[in-house]
Amino acid sequence: AGDGSGLVPGDGTDPPAPERVLFPPTFNVSEIKNKQRRHFMFLRWKQQQRKEKLALKKKRRKEREALGDKAPPKAIPKTIENQRVYDETTVDPNDEEVAFDEATDEFAPYFNRQTVPKILITTSDRPRGRTVRFCEQLATVIPNSHVYYRRGLALKRIIPQCIARDFTDLIVINEDRKIPNGLVLSHLPDGPTAHFRMSSVRLRKEIKRKGKEPTEHVPEVILNNFTTRLGHSIGRMFAALFPHDPQFIGRQVATFHNQRDYIFFRFHRYIFKSEKKVGIQELGPRFTLKLRSLQKGTFDSKFGEYEWIHKRREMDTSRRKFHL
Amino acid sequence: VVWSMLGNRQFCSYKMATKTQNFCRNEYNLTGLCNRSSCPLANSQYATVREEKGRCYLYMKTIERAAFPRRLWERVLLSKNYEKALEEIDENLIYWPRFIRHKCKQRFTKITQYLIRIRKLTLKRQRKLVPLRRKIERRENRREEKALIAAQLDNAIEKELLERLKQDTYGDIYNFPIHAFDKALQQQDAESESESEAEREEDDDDDDEDVDRREFVEAEDSELSDFEDMDKLETSSEEEQEAEEEVEKKASHSKSKGKTPLKGPARRKRPHIEIEYEEETEPSTKTKAA
Repeated sequence: AGDGSGLVPGDGTDPPAPERVLFPPTFNVSEIKNKQRRHFMFLRWKQQQRKEKLALKKKRRKEREALGDKAPPKAIPKTIENQRVYDETTVDPNDEEVAFDEATDEFAPYFNRQTVPKILITTSDRPRGRTVRFCEQLATVIPNSHVYYRRGLALKRIIPQCIARDFTDLIVINEDRKIPNGLVLSHLPDGPTAHFRMSSVRLRKEIKRKGKEPTEHVPEVILNNFTTRLGHSIGRMFAALFPHDPQFIGRQVATFHNQRDYIFFRFHRYIFKSEKKVGIQELGPRFTLKLRSLQKGTFDSKFGEYEWIHKRREMDTSRRKFHL
Repeated sequence: VVWSMLGNRQFCSYKMATKTQNFCRNEYNLTGLCNRSSCPLANSQYATVREEKGRCYLYMKTIERAAFPRRLWERVLLSKNYEKALEEIDENLIYWPRFIRHKCKQRFTKITQYLIRIRKLTLKRQRKLVPLRRKIERRENRREEKALIAAQLDNAIEKELLERLKQDTYGDIYNFPIHAFDKALQQQDAESESESEAEREEDDDDDDEDVDRREFVEAEDSELSDFEDMDKLETSSEEEQEAEEEVEKKASHSKSKGKTPLKGPARRKRPHIEIEYEEETEPSTKTKAA
């Protein structure tokens, strides 16, 4: 009955006695007009609530201990990942259809080790300092990659030239106000094109406690949490950037970790201190990507066939729904 | 009269005053400045060049039409050819004051130049400006931070690397005694006894006598080198042991941390000294056991 009668639990049914400190049943702290008194009453009410909560916790813990082994298992806290709306395009590892698709899609030659990735990194017109440095660092991270500057060339015209020179992938880093903010990753011989929004770009010198420069060894690749069909294809796109056989002597690993539709890229050097412990040290740039659109063919903004576009009104309706 | 009213003293709605200069906003103004000679209101004989939809016109105002505001400005289309147009201006403004003629031609030149520039730019790629939505940007940044916290990247990467180590993707490079020994133990447990008993006995002996024979073994083992110990433990490899030893030595040397060599022999001494024995006498059986 009311919020104040908890002070003396046993007397909840009695009418409020004048000498006891009880809040009358239909009393709300916010109705007092005097600010000082209201504040005082509110603090007192808060203390009461806290005491009740603590008492409840203690009681529950005692019950738990009393039950011992028979106690019901602890409740798992709800997280967004737990509550995620089930996506019907989630890939089942044993799915045959997916396996078949993957064997015949544009990345099949890469995964069959028929092609060696060769990557061209470029920017939008007139890149500024940060973007230029970021491109260079990215080129050291991804083996077999070359940086070329745009100088006003049209993308549609350089794509056939790239194909002629045997490039397998094209990365275009879009820049806005002197910082890179977009990434277009296009698999060249007619492959899918993914357009990302890039954020939190940290160059090597901004990373704390970083190690030396990344060496020329081929790094390993870790792809985490790409569960749906769409995520799977994006994951393969990323995997196709790196040569298939990593050189373990180099002890470098590039990670693409997908969490709630944000793809975090990190580049580390690892060392196994013992069998159960590994130490990692971050080198290399880091950035975050968010997928905006996936196109079937190569980059073509007007006539391209879009496999997936992020439509804010339709897709951002639920906080627990993710697409990658 | 008009000028004495508008220009200097009273108010002219087309006049824009800045710190250093006065500008005229009138669309028929020839120079854009507010002067006695370039005010279209104050001069009864005036001419301008204006362009519409890419074509240039010469506008003229004469005193005879001052009473008819609708017909005040007379418009003449100028040819697209630059020189011809200049000649047309000249012939239309013949007997007009020098100032107006000169300024008209200058204005016409400027207009054609910027028209050319527009045409060139439209051929090149246009940069499309997409407006940022502040709320959306803020929302995405916040969500990104939260996703970063939820991701726990370091832990995830470490877990993945340890998984890969367990599944032996790294092969022979890493050399962890306990791990390999445990694997050997598991293999032994899993195998049925019907299989090669000699090997089983060896292994079982190792396990059983581990506790008992420690003292013996240590004394005998002190001569052997650490590296050799470690090498013998590699159960998964089937390469030549000598080659292995060398590779292992190099691998462990190449690592900056020298922990594994220290740990390895210290732990391996007890169970593996038996194996050592076997190896020296019968290297082939060792590989089979592996």
